[in-house]
Amino acid sequence: MAEVNSGGDDGGKKGKKKRPKKGSTRIDMTPMVDLAFLLLTFFILATTLSKPKTMEIVYPKKDNKEIEKTKIDYRLANTILLGEKDDQVYYYPGKFKTDTTVLEPIDLSKDGLRKLLLDKNKTVNDKVVQLESQLLKRQINDSTFKSLRGKAKGDTLAPFFIVKTVDKTKYKTVIDVIDEMNIANAGKYAVIDMADAEKAALAKKITK
Amino acid sequence: MPRSSPSLDMTPMVDLAFLLVTFFMLTSKFRATEPVVVDPPSSTSQILLPENVMLVTVDTTGRVFFDLTGKDVRRKMLEGMAQKYQIGFSEQQYQRFSVMGTFGMPVKDLPSYIDADEKKRVLMDKNALGVPTDSLHNQLADWILQGYSSSQNNLMSKGLAGKDLKAKGIRYAIKADGLTNYKKVKRVIDIFGENQIFQFNLITNLKGAAPALAAAH
Repeated sequence: MAEVNSGGDDGGKKGKKKRPKKGSTRIDMTPMVDLAFLLLTFFILATTLSKPKTMEIVYPKKDNKEIEKTKIDYRLANTILLGEKDDQVYYYPGKFKTDTTVLEPIDLSKDGLRKLLLDKNKTVNDKVVQLESQLLKRQINDSTFKSLRGKAKGDTLAPFFIVKTVDKTKYKTVIDVIDEMNIANAGKYAVIDMADAEKAALAKKITK
Repeated sequence: MPRSSPSLDMTPMVDLAFLLVTFFMLTSKFRATEPVVVDPPSSTSQILLPENVMLVTVDTTGRVFFDLTGKDVRRKMLEGMAQKYQIGFSEQQYQRFSVMGTFGMPVKDLPSYIDADEKKRVLMDKNALGVPTDSLHNQLADWILQGYSSSQNNLMSKGLAGKDLKAKGIRYAIKADGLTNYKKVKRVIDIFGENQIFQFNLITNLKGAAPALAAAH
C-alpha cells in the first residue's frame, strides 16, 4: 500500500552482473595510524618540553656606587649577604654600621629566607594574593590585575631588598634568592656587589 | 540483515593524525646541539623563553658562548663583525654560519670553526676559549651591538615600528650553570649594561613547587 515502485527494474540488475572476483580495495590502515600517532605524540612532547623556563629580571641602571649614594629610606632596607657557599647567607636590616650591625645567619629553606621575606613583605604580599584571588574570580581583568600588582609591588612604603654578592658567590645561590623574592612578591630588589666593610663582617662571621 | 564489518573507516582519523603531525613537524624547532653542557639552577618561574632572543651562555669555568636566533639576522651580524675585525668570510661560510647554533671563540678562530665538520666541531667546542669579554678585547660587546642592530633592522624592514617594534624586539637571555661564580655572570650583565641593556631573562629549570600555594601559606 505504501510501497512506491520507482526504478525497480534497474535496481535489481546490479547484483546479478557477473564480475571477476576483485580483492578488497580497503587496506589495513592500523599500522599507519599507529605510526602517525606515535609521531604526533613525539612532536607534542618534544615541542613543549624543549621550551625552557626563564626568570625575568631588571638590573639597576646606574652602577653600584650611585645606588649607595641615592637617598634611600634605610628603615625599609633589608640586606642579604651571600657568601661563597650557599650555607653562608646572612641578613641584616637597615643601614650597615660597622660597630652595631649584627649579621643574622639565615638559610635558603622554606622556614628561613622565605619566612623572613614573607614577614617583611607582608602588606605587599597580602595585597597581591588578594588581587590574584580577584583575578581568579574574574572580578578584574588581566590588564588591571597587572597594573594593580605593579602598583602594589612598587609602593613607596614597600620594603626593599638588597642582595649583595662576593666574587665567588655561586650563580645558583643568587637565583635561589631571586626566586624567593618572586615567591614573596617582593618587587623591589637589586643584586649588587658587597662593600668592603660588609665583606669583613661576613668573613668574621664565617670564621667564628 | 547482514552483519556490518567490525573494521571501521579510519580514513578521517588518519587524515587528522597526519595533519597534526605535519603541523607539529613544521612549527617545532629542534634544539640545536649545544657546545657546552650547562645545568641551569631551578626556580619556580613559569615564564617561557621569548621567540626572538639573544642568548649568552656561561659555563662553570666562566667561558662565554653566544647565540642569536634568525637566519638573516645572523648573517647581517656576521657581516658587521667581519667589517669591524677585517676578516673575510666566503659566501659559503656566511651561509653555514646563518644556520649554526651557539659558538664560543674569538672572532679570528671563527672561519675555521665554520668550515669544520661535526666531529671536529665537538673537539673545538671542548677546547673553545669562549667569546673574549675582557676590557681590551671586548668582543662580546661587539657581538651584542651587531646582533642588536641587525635584529632591529630586520624587524624594521618588515614594517614594524614604535610599540610593535618594542614588543617584538629582541630579548636577552642568560643561561649559566648553577656552579658558575656569580662574578662571571655579572661580567656579562655589566657588558650588557654598558650597552644600555638592563632587562634579562635568566634561564632556569622548572622546580615542582607551586608558588601561589607557598605564598598563601
